[in-house]
Amino acid sequence: MNAIINFFKKLNNTASASSIIPSDIIHSSEVFKFNGGVHPPENKTESTQHPIEVLKLPKKLVLPLRQHVGNMPKIIIAVGEQVLKGQLLAEAEGAVSAAIHAPTSGTVSAIAEAIIPHPSGLPDICVTLIPDGLDEWIAKPVMQDWRNADKNTLVASLRLSGIVGLGGATFPTHIKLRANGKSGVHTLVINAAECEPYITCDDMLMRERADQIMQGISIAQHLLGAENCVIGIEDNKPQATDSMRAACVDIKGISVKVVPTLYPSGDARRLIYLLLGIEIPSDKRSTDVGIQVFNVATAVALYRFFTLGEPSISRIVSMTGNVQSPQNFEVLFGTPVQDLITAAGGIKSGTSHFIMGGPMMGFDLHCSDLNHCDVPITKASNCIIAATPNLFAEPPPAMPCIRCARCADVCPVSLQPQELYWFAKSDNFEKARDYQLFDCIECGACSYVCPSNIPLVQYYRYAKSEIIAAAKAKEAADLARERNEFKLMRIEREKIERTQKHAQRANTGAANINGANISKAEKNTEKRRATVETTEMLAKTNTVPPLANDETNQRSANEQVAKKQAAIATAIERVKALKAQTSNDVKTNSIGLSTAIKDENLQSGVVKTGTVKNSEITEQEKPKKQAIIAAAIERAKAQKATAIAEGDAPKNTEPSSKTIQAEIKEIDARRKEFLPKHKE
Amino acid sequence: MNRSPYISNAPSVSIIMFKVLLALVPSILAYVWVYGGGILVTLSLATVTALSTEAAMLKTRKRAIKPFLFDCSAVVTAWLLALALPPLAPWWLIVVGTFFAIAISKQLYGGLGYNPFNPAMVGYAVLLISFPIIMTKWPAPLILAQSQLGFMDQLHYIFGNALPNSVTMDAVTSATPLDYLKTQLTLKHEVQNITESPIFGTLGAKGGEYIVVAYLLGGLFLLQQRIISWHLPTAFLLALAFISGVFHLVNPAQFASPLFHLFSGASMLCAFFIITDPVSGPTTPKGKLYFAAGTGILVYLIRVYGGYPDGVAFAVIFMNICVPLIDANTQPRVFGHPK
Repeated sequence: MNAIINFFKKLNNTASASSIIPSDIIHSSEVFKFNGGVHPPENKTESTQHPIEVLKLPKKLVLPLRQHVGNMPKIIIAVGEQVLKGQLLAEAEGAVSAAIHAPTSGTVSAIAEAIIPHPSGLPDICVTLIPDGLDEWIAKPVMQDWRNADKNTLVASLRLSGIVGLGGATFPTHIKLRANGKSGVHTLVINAAECEPYITCDDMLMRERADQIMQGISIAQHLLGAENCVIGIEDNKPQATDSMRAACVDIKGISVKVVPTLYPSGDARRLIYLLLGIEIPSDKRSTDVGIQVFNVATAVALYRFFTLGEPSISRIVSMTGNVQSPQNFEVLFGTPVQDLITAAGGIKSGTSHFIMGGPMMGFDLHCSDLNHCDVPITKASNCIIAATPNLFAEPPPAMPCIRCARCADVCPVSLQPQELYWFAKSDNFEKARDYQLFDCIECGACSYVCPSNIPLVQYYRYAKSEIIAAAKAKEAADLARERNEFKLMRIEREKIERTQKHAQRANTGAANINGANISKAEKNTEKRRATVETTEMLAKTNTVPPLANDETNQRSANEQVAKKQAAIATAIERVKALKAQTSNDVKTNSIGLSTAIKDENLQSGVVKTGTVKNSEITEQEKPKKQAIIAAAIERAKAQKATAIAEGDAPKNTEPSSKTIQAEIKEIDARRKEFLPKHKE
Repeated sequence: MNRSPYISNAPSVSIIMFKVLLALVPSILAYVWVYGGGILVTLSLATVTALSTEAAMLKTRKRAIKPFLFDCSAVVTAWLLALALPPLAPWWLIVVGTFFAIAISKQLYGGLGYNPFNPAMVGYAVLLISFPIIMTKWPAPLILAQSQLGFMDQLHYIFGNALPNSVTMDAVTSATPLDYLKTQLTLKHEVQNITESPIFGTLGAKGGEYIVVAYLLGGLFLLQQRIISWHLPTAFLLALAFISGVFHLVNPAQFASPLFHLFSGASMLCAFFIITDPVSGPTTPKGKLYFAAGTGILVYLIRVYGGYPDGVAFAVIFMNICVPLIDANTQPRVFGHPK
């Protein structure tokens, strides 16, 4: 009977998703189960035996500039500079970006590439800070009561806070709060599910700092204009639940809901469904239906910023696995992982490597030395696991898929992983897309239950990146084609104009005694006209892709320079072309080319068949063309970043081709191991 | 390189196949009790043939032999085929059938995971078409037989194709109830009278019904172990019961009861062990229902209107052909997509 009632309630909710959620759903203990899910061994008790400990000041802090989704922030300090705790080191650049602050006082000793926690193991730009041991705060801004302040000013000031989603998605928080009530966010969902095994940082935070979380929630609710707030906690955290319930007992509109322990309940869309029975449409964001999601740690960061005036400089990290005394620590960003390991009593024998994040979605840290892991903690680091081959056994070699569909049974998105695998493996990307590959959240539940040990998630990542790469290439090609069509049009027009001019000159020819001078003057006018045209053309090229409003200020300075260079190059080329005075019977048919590179090659090839002087044109044209293509790619990247960032979870966080190559290699290697001469 | 998830909780393919074999043990025991120990010889012969064929094919195809030999899938095919064959069959019949199932129907299509048709059923169908007389000559259950064949006699028959001097072929064989029903109906007898024959038991065939019940028990074990999903056996049995029930209600004199159809022939084997082969079956929940129901209806139609007494093999193979179509048209709704 209950099931029937739930069913109708569900129907009702989904139908009126954008309207206010009935308060009985918010305040009841009822949850809505999503399809599938897995329940791996939790291994959480190990690290909850001790309270959160503030880690002592490290000897060195290495702060990667890219700790969030979006643009790299702009460095505003120099090597050798003395900085104070909380001082801005790099400011947010463009719409989707976050600032980086000095976690303690000290000297900037380097701004260079260093190893960062990333699956690829590739280094990235980092600021190295040598603490002076004084831990001296910069003058904190006097915070007025946020309840009375102007919301827009508050959200704008958040851009300076460096706060990003601390649940792992690291999306800049100032953008998520920008809604300002206008978009009709009525419900704030606080993600406290912490569904990944081993990780307990949110659990401990809720046990110990529930009051701070509640204050953060109130701030977020105030800024969003959300009257309701639901906190979702998995039922394996009874202490945290009690603590949170106690903290919100007097607060109206906040309810704590316990959800079953079932991975991946912490995925934003799954959690919203669990708590409210609302399915966020695949092509929409949760804010489109009036729901915003924050992690508990993010709420604390908001509290610290708006009441204490402290930017985001530290977080709670679980140090667990094969260490003497697993525990949660409050860690300054940039702290080497080694300091955590030491604080947890050091590694036990048998440790083979370290994993950042949980065992379902985490990745290997690339430390050169097990006893000195200098990879820094960043805003995204929620957990470090000292791994042993015992804890995380190397998977046996992959066997063929037997279509048992266990993966489909556990897929929280109700995808058909076995079909997606088949399509990804045979490079049938079109089909993979039809079967909603891009709805895959890469949670790994499918791999977790695969009897054939197939690295399914890796196949999906590979397919996604291939599709994205192809789309990018197509975009660039379209841009190049459009440019080329415009160029041909212009050449044609000039030809007509020239013919007209020749005709004019023939008419008045007898009167001209000093032809050379006139020709020179003419050339000058032509030159001027060329420059004007170039500007026109550039203007047109720029308007080709429809740009989002906030992307105009997102263009990097590099791009501006590139554009200028391109303009100059075009001007020169124009003059040369005029000098050449060739017929310009250039025929190209670039329509339908699949890549920008191909397009460029073909164009230059065709032009080269013209006169010798025309080949000079191509030479001159190249840098400009490259600049424009580069700009196009840059723009595409920015667009993608925004698209990813504005979704609830990053759908594909690894566009790096090196990573993809590595993954493909690994998958191939595994395949070959078993199917030596398989021709697939 | 991101190699997460680092943990896994999945029975290996070998474990899954092993559990299927385990689930067949009760029915093998029942088989021995009903028909004598000859089935053990048949099973061993099929197993040896399957494994050696698999190994030889893997070697020819230049694949790793060990992991694929130990995945036990070839043994499952061999056992299912052996259990489907008549209990007293000459050795070469078993060898030819098993060889065809493994070499042609499985390995030539790409081995484990790539065969579009159920190998055991392909092997069975090939034998049924090629050697119809031997394939439909079933020995009578020991309790019904006029002359009892000892284990050594059965062994002698399997390998030497010879019966003891005092025994004639007719003395050891008898028509199966499905076969008997079919022939008697053509002679204008009524179902009620036909089923009074001693070869009919309470549920299905006298003696044979114990094996059928053992299949059911083995199947329930597989369900409990989550090796197979409930969709397939449920839909198959319901569809078979439904169509036989409708026919039976319309004309009880001409059409046997649903209970008889459920517990006769290879119905239970098909419901829990044949159509549950994941490789050649559909993967979507809805697809499984369609697939199994389709098989159930076809089995009935072939039994009643076809040229053969039982129709499991042909029904399964036919439905295997439809699998890509079924899968493509039964994709479940993805989370967040319109209903």
